[in-house]
Amino acid sequence: MDSAISERTPLTSTADNGLKIVIVGGFGVGKTTLVRSVSEIRPLNTEETMTRAGEAVDDVAQVHTKTSTTVAFDFGRITLDAHNVLYLFGAPGQERFWFLWDRLFAGTLGAVVLVDTRRLADSWYAIDRLEHHGMPFIVACNDFGGPAHTEQEIREALDLADHVPLVECDARDRSSSKYVLITLVTHLQRLHALRETRT
Amino acid sequence: MSPASHRDESPDRLYTLTGGRTRSAPDAPFDLVTLVVAESDPAPGMQSEHAAILRLCRRPTAVVEVAAELALPVGIVRILLADLLGTGRISARHPRTSGPADPSGSYSLPDPDILEQVLVGLRNL
Ligand SMILES: Nc1nc2c(ncn2[C@@H]2O[C@H](COP(=O)(O)OP(=O)(O)O)[C@@H](O)[C@H]2O)c(=O)[nH]1
Ligand SMILES: [Mg+2]
Repeated sequence: MDSAISERTPLTSTADNGLKIVIVGGFGVGKTTLVRSVSEIRPLNTEETMTRAGEAVDDVAQVHTKTSTTVAFDFGRITLDAHNVLYLFGAPGQERFWFLWDRLFAGTLGAVVLVDTRRLADSWYAIDRLEHHGMPFIVACNDFGGPAHTEQEIREALDLADHVPLVECDARDRSSSKYVLITLVTHLQRLHALRETRT
Repeated sequence: MSPASHRDESPDRLYTLTGGRTRSAPDAPFDLVTLVVAESDPAPGMQSEHAAILRLCRRPTAVVEVAAELALPVGIVRILLADLLGTGRISARHPRTSGPADPSGSYSLPDPDILEQVLVGLRNL
């Protein structure tokens, strides 16, 4: 335990605001790779125990009962400035996990749906759920060297609304991954501006 | 990313870890990214997990990082943190993300000032 502690890169003492962005997508789509390429720490791995009703279990008696489920996720960290620290969570997008993410990631700024264009159907469910919850997201196509698709083809296959940004990326590349995050945040700003003009 | 060591642990061990208390304070929720700061050094005879948290949190450390470093589920860490908060050994810096609460209760857009700070921070990476 002590050796793990001494390897850590601590935050500055003025850090006081933790922020969250979630990266969702099917297995092997590059979530951990994207987190690793922008994170200032090696991605870490932890787990939360949740009840079937989607509540975080903080009751020890429930931890090992059949009514609870363990969700594992990995995360990385970006120090933005003296106060703000951004945590990136990589979350599997399969249907059976979704009732858990709803609770786990309350307070999240927004989400990136990472897709492999060879397996677009893997992200249908995640997109559905994000829309259902009104959680803003963008879609990033991770380049695995599959056949090229036009943006229109991808939008149609995902049934993606026109206002949702769709970008290409290489999750292994730091600047490409950084661009994905910037695209999400500028999308959130645009949504804000839209809301201001409506009210 | 080694698998967390507690996966094979018995409920008895987790029960012992948390001193038999089963719930963290519901009125002081620790978010995954609440930053925890130690307000004192470990004391002799203190439970080893409590001492480990105090060492880890000499600088601000998110709840989720504490869980990963101690290889314990987040729920167990919340209970340990509630103990330490109750005795004044740590303080908690909770996230300030949201703009005004959304009337529908689900998602609310983050505060625009925060968004601008995130954008500047990302561009400077
Ligand atoms: N060719 C290519 N391979 C990638 C890319 N991103 C990730 N990979 C590889 O795909 C595999 C799965 O990536 P991983 O990040 O573990 O996926 P996860 O399950 O979504 O976390 C790994 O072997 C990565 O090295 C990419 O942009 N291009
Ligand atoms: Mg992964």
